[in-house]
Amino acid sequence: MNYKNILIILIFFIFPNKSFGLIEVDITRGNLNPLPIAISSLSSDISTKNELLKLLKVQDVGLEISKVIENNFRQSGLFNPLNKDSFLQKPDIAHLKPRFEDWSLIKAQALITGKVTYSEDKLRVEFRLWDVLAAKEMMALAFTTVPKNWRRVGHIISDKVYERLTGEKGYFDTRIIFVSEKGPKTQRIKKLAIMDQDGFNTKYLTLGNELVLTPRFNPTNQMVTYLSYFRNLPRVYLLDIETGIQEVVGDFPGMTFAPRFSPNGKKIIMSFAMDGNSDIYTMDLENRIVERITNHPSIDTSPSYSPDGKFITFNSDRSGYQQIYIMKSDGSDVKRISFGKGLYGTPVWSPRGDLIAFTKLHKGKFYIGVMRTDGKGERLLTENYYQEAPSWSPNGRVLIFYRETKTDSKGEGFSAKLWSIDLTGYNERLVETETDASDPSWSSLLSN
Amino acid sequence: MILGRNYKNIFLVILMSLVLSACATQTKKVDGQMQGDVYTGTDTVEYLADGVPDRVFFATNESVLTTASRETLRKQAAWLRKNSDVTVVLEGHADERGTREYNLALGERRANAAKDYLMTYGISSNRISVISYGKERPVDSGSNPLAWSKNRRSVTVKAN
Repeated sequence: MNYKNILIILIFFIFPNKSFGLIEVDITRGNLNPLPIAISSLSSDISTKNELLKLLKVQDVGLEISKVIENNFRQSGLFNPLNKDSFLQKPDIAHLKPRFEDWSLIKAQALITGKVTYSEDKLRVEFRLWDVLAAKEMMALAFTTVPKNWRRVGHIISDKVYERLTGEKGYFDTRIIFVSEKGPKTQRIKKLAIMDQDGFNTKYLTLGNELVLTPRFNPTNQMVTYLSYFRNLPRVYLLDIETGIQEVVGDFPGMTFAPRFSPNGKKIIMSFAMDGNSDIYTMDLENRIVERITNHPSIDTSPSYSPDGKFITFNSDRSGYQQIYIMKSDGSDVKRISFGKGLYGTPVWSPRGDLIAFTKLHKGKFYIGVMRTDGKGERLLTENYYQEAPSWSPNGRVLIFYRETKTDSKGEGFSAKLWSIDLTGYNERLVETETDASDPSWSSLLSN
Repeated sequence: MILGRNYKNIFLVILMSLVLSACATQTKKVDGQMQGDVYTGTDTVEYLADGVPDRVFFATNESVLTTASRETLRKQAAWLRKNSDVTVVLEGHADERGTREYNLALGERRANAAKDYLMTYGISSNRISVISYGKERPVDSGSNPLAWSKNRRSVTVKAN
């Protein structure tokens, strides 16, 4: 076993998924009745607290982990984390055996308790999920990791609880790659940046010397493909996040752009523009073979594979205006699927396979929406002055996108921010970033 | 009496012409900046040489050259023929009212429309390179039709 690569090791399961909890969160209806959940601070003894304070400069890691979980759940819109001030039972005692009457008194339906210990340079975090009404333990897990990963432990616990209560995989132990923006609108400085899904641990991957756009993760989240104007030659690049090594993808005599990975990560699909015409190409990363997928005098761009790799959705103006098309992955059987009023762009296939998210421009407004892969069942989730480029959470329940503001009469007041919205159209949230931000792309789950 | 009537008429005529000229200047103001939604003003235009504007403008979602654009490009071609050692980069741009990736393609299409026209006027393709900035480099940061019209452009930049 390669311990270096496995940062977090699951060490034991106590009664996984065995009890019959009464609580269940219906994920398909939006946040109409968020589940009241009490997230107790994870307890730790004095020596653990002192050691971790020295090491991490964090006063009480157990409390902070519980806040990570709380924030994730609040953002999800499906849960209503209760105020800790109302909690009657102390964290260490609650973790051993909650007094369920105390928790139901404050209307909690679920309770999370836990314990943090530190020994031999390792952080050990255990937690339990309790069904307050049924007065039962629903789940108990423990993790051992290096101390600096404490926020990730919070995310992993969030995912485990989310999965236990909704029946679907979570999306909290994930990262967002995006473009960090600064400066006046006419001369934006753009850098590649990566952060945890909740906006923490931002790292900048480029210096801002050249324009960079549209970064996207590969399925294992170790590589990123993006567009860079390095030496004023706009080309698709491949970046290894850990080593920092980057290379141009292919040897094209013109601009390549709009890159994405194939679902198995072996190919990059992108547009290549030449003599005023953009077509879709793939390059195999192993044997470097380039294949032309579309051959049409119109603009063909923004390609995105179906999760099984058999189909591609893309954007084309072959009908005269931007519309969404699908085709087989070899480029055959091209079909237009968007027929509503307005222009359609940035199609992106859901990880569940059943929907395509898109940007729509109609009567001067921009919408983020979804439609089925046959183009039927169009639903617009959000309307604004300018927004585009949705990216799916790995469980296909949430979309992240960016939104730009209208400038005032002096051309000032421009900003670009990341936003997320549930597939239900509820729970629109600003995703906090250190700087202005655009072109977000969601990673897959980092653990499992 | 007759005189007085005449004066009245003259007075009316003067008034009318005042009203009309006021109207004319007002419409001219708008017309002077945009025709349809193509920018026709000169606020942002720079010059490659005396009388040789550096840029042409496009209608929304279009890459068709207007009569004015073709005239500008003919002047550029004449200047390039006279200065045969000069090479140029055509920078294609789009306004902010489109998706980023499509706009990159649209900017490339616009710059190539200009390139093709220069080539038909005898400029060799190896003296012209093309780059698209999509919506990344607006000249006007406004969020209004006039600003957008200034940003939908292909700019000829001296490369050497």
